[in-house]
Amino acid sequence: MPDKKQDLIDQSLQDLNNDGVDRRGFLKCMAWAGTGLVWTMSGGIPVSRAFAKGHGKDAGKGADFTFVQISDSHIGFNKPANPDVAATLQTAIDKINAMPRKPDFIIHTGDLSQLSKPSEFDTLDQVLKGASAKQIFFVPGEHDMLSDNGEQFLQRYGKGTKGTGWSSFDHKGVHFVGLVNVANLKAGGMGSLGNEQLEWLEDDLKGRSASTPIVLFAHIPLWTIYPDWGWGTDDSEQALSYVKRFGSVTVLNGHIHQIMQKVEGKVSFHTAMSTAFPQPAPGSAPSAGPMKVPAEQLQKVLGITDVNYLVSGRSLAVVDSPLGS
Amino acid sequence: MTNKNVWIAGVAVPVMIAMMLLAGSFSVAANAEPSAAAASVKIDNFVFGPQTLTVPVGTTVTWTNGDDIPHTSVSTEGVFKSKVLDTDEKFSYTFTKVGTYPYYCTIHPKMTGQIVVQ
Repeated sequence: MPDKKQDLIDQSLQDLNNDGVDRRGFLKCMAWAGTGLVWTMSGGIPVSRAFAKGHGKDAGKGADFTFVQISDSHIGFNKPANPDVAATLQTAIDKINAMPRKPDFIIHTGDLSQLSKPSEFDTLDQVLKGASAKQIFFVPGEHDMLSDNGEQFLQRYGKGTKGTGWSSFDHKGVHFVGLVNVANLKAGGMGSLGNEQLEWLEDDLKGRSASTPIVLFAHIPLWTIYPDWGWGTDDSEQALSYVKRFGSVTVLNGHIHQIMQKVEGKVSFHTAMSTAFPQPAPGSAPSAGPMKVPAEQLQKVLGITDVNYLVSGRSLAVVDSPLGS
Repeated sequence: MTNKNVWIAGVAVPVMIAMMLLAGSFSVAANAEPSAAAASVKIDNFVFGPQTLTVPVGTTVTWTNGDDIPHTSVSTEGVFKSKVLDTDEKFSYTFTKVGTYPYYCTIHPKMTGQIVVQ
């Protein structure tokens, strides 16, 4: 008896293949500064496409609805890696507005600002105001919580959220949960959700049908990508244990300024590119600091990501491989 | 406490004389009074350097952020707390008591260091 879920996953992969992704080999995902991911919900299985691959005309075809994830705008950053981050965010918004099918909403997965300055948030608001999708959901990055423990972020972008800014909502049968893993970080640790939020999450998911597609989004990856650089969340396993019983779970993160994907059981993990500057592949540089590239190459080099897919039998296994090799 | 300082001075002077005899000259640092001593920690590539800094009591330690990304230097035990340090910004704290002071960057908590005050 074929597994219906697996068929859907295979179908999704097939769709990706039609878009030029080799399921057996490497996906060379050419991207550029100011990018975003288009998420298409099809039968409860989200399928992502990078803007830059020229799939815009197909985006949303046959889908129940689409939404866009943008991340790591770092408004206020002005170093050589990208002296004009407002312009590249504007490029991202222009791309969103040019999509043939208007996304229902936008999710921003944190690091809106560089230094949590009011002027930086003002600039961000100014740019985002031009987006065709009027509804934008935010979770904070660590750069949005500087000095004031995120009070300003909450006032501006966290109305109606709980704690340090977590919340959930339903959209056309899909349950979305925005989590905060950048508050009250402990010395020597990585990202952290904390007990209060974990309890809330358990409660939020309780009583929902296992067939409800779940989308979790947070700034720092909810899977351990590279502990030496703090690219993970110390108590994410606890959070993920609450979503185990669901048939389709998608985890969207930012923070690492590059695309990485992993599928573990029914849980798909994805990290988005930044709209501001690239960061090096795990372990490929002395630190996770902004990667400097010549200005004329920024749009080409930023977000070049290798994702290694391996399919064995009927089960999908994505192997985490060092990128940029 | 006063007795201790006198004792340290008593040890320091013969050491300085010995250094002068050995080196034939003395550095500015060796000349400085313990109370006016200064030391620095440079933040580069998401690392506090040196990660362990040992200084005499009374030393003012200055952290400088050499990264393109903001950092903080915050005592794990609440002894000192810098503001957010953007590129090339500095934070100083004077250590007046003997002890070991672990600290970290609250933005990137994997970044840790300690000041050992003797």
